[in-house]
Amino acid sequence: MNPVLHMSVSDWLSMFNHYASLSLLAVGGAITTAPDMHRYLVDETQWLSESQFTSSIALAQAAPGPNILFVALMGWNVGMNTAAGLGAEGGLWSTFLLASLGVLVPMLGIMLPSSILTYLTTRWAHQHRDKIGIRAFKSGMAPIVIALLLATAWLLTLSHNQPTQDWPLYLLTLVTTLLVWRTKVHMLWLIGTGALIGALGWV
Amino acid sequence: MSEQAPLNQPRSKTDLFISFTLLALQGFGGVLAVVQRVLVEEKRWMTKEQFVEDWAVAQIMPGPNVVNLSLMIGGRYFGLAGALAGLAGMLTAPLIVALLLAMAFGGVSDAAWAQGALRGMGAVSAGLIAAVGLKLISALRSNPMGMPVCIALALASFAGVGVMRWPLAYVLLGTGLLGCGWAYLQLAKQAASQGDAA
Repeated sequence: MNPVLHMSVSDWLSMFNHYASLSLLAVGGAITTAPDMHRYLVDETQWLSESQFTSSIALAQAAPGPNILFVALMGWNVGMNTAAGLGAEGGLWSTFLLASLGVLVPMLGIMLPSSILTYLTTRWAHQHRDKIGIRAFKSGMAPIVIALLLATAWLLTLSHNQPTQDWPLYLLTLVTTLLVWRTKVHMLWLIGTGALIGALGWV
Repeated sequence: MSEQAPLNQPRSKTDLFISFTLLALQGFGGVLAVVQRVLVEEKRWMTKEQFVEDWAVAQIMPGPNVVNLSLMIGGRYFGLAGALAGLAGMLTAPLIVALLLAMAFGGVSDAAWAQGALRGMGAVSAGLIAAVGLKLISALRSNPMGMPVCIALALASFAGVGVMRWPLAYVLLGTGLLGCGWAYLQLAKQAASQGDAA
């Protein structure tokens, strides 16, 4: 059952504040702050049902584009739950407006602080790009962020931790790695194939 | 830097917006692999070495990594307006697609076939990320720290995050400080010897 909400202006403001406070903590991707979003949206305020929360994350993973869109989908659901609170008085337009508000508020909150900081910092760094300190930062971090990419792939693979059952997934990851590394095959084919053989239950 | 013809540039803010829109729409299970292939290999807006440097910054700064990257690249060519064009390209069309999917399939995600499809896509996107990592290793050849030091730092970081599962922040502080410090010494040495030669 989805919650039926009566969101006040101060509720929306506190939602904005909550996401803005998470923004600068989201080093390594916004998904690292998902447990806190769960605590806030599902446990504390009960603006979202458990299944709305998990399906927002799942849909954002299945859809193209940056994973940060799971924040927009959660907000969309909060807006829809609020529209349900209007009952029969709410028309199609007010549903649409509330859902859009639900998208905008948490997205602006999570994006504004980190984007402003990133823009100003990188502009400053670009102006001083010949300074040894800036060049040392970029050169020194290069091997580390490459290792982090490989570690991310490694951890994603090992999150399925029953080799007797999960070995086809490992194989799929390995084949994808080799194909993308060594050939020009279009990635959409690979993703489509992965979705298909997953849906058929082969992996 | 590059062994081939000179690099290209986005022609306009519109070009930037459309380019980022198209690559974001191809980015299922993460946009990074598509960004690397399109911007470095196809459009040639940047070299592999420049991509690694930008990615390092985008990853270290808070916020979604590929969104940071679109801000940085847009901002470099067209200032604030370019940054906003890159950001809007990265987010607008995918947002609309995601909302349409939510309206159409909101309740489907519990179905066994949908769970299976996500499992399969997840395994493919892990492979995409690994492939980007492997491709970028060759960009370390021009690194002032030298290949052996780069590999040692990479192995230590991988072991910290991937094997020991230490928090990212600690690993970055540890190997990051070592790397930046060592790179600083090497660059300073280079600058000094060039100063002597001049």
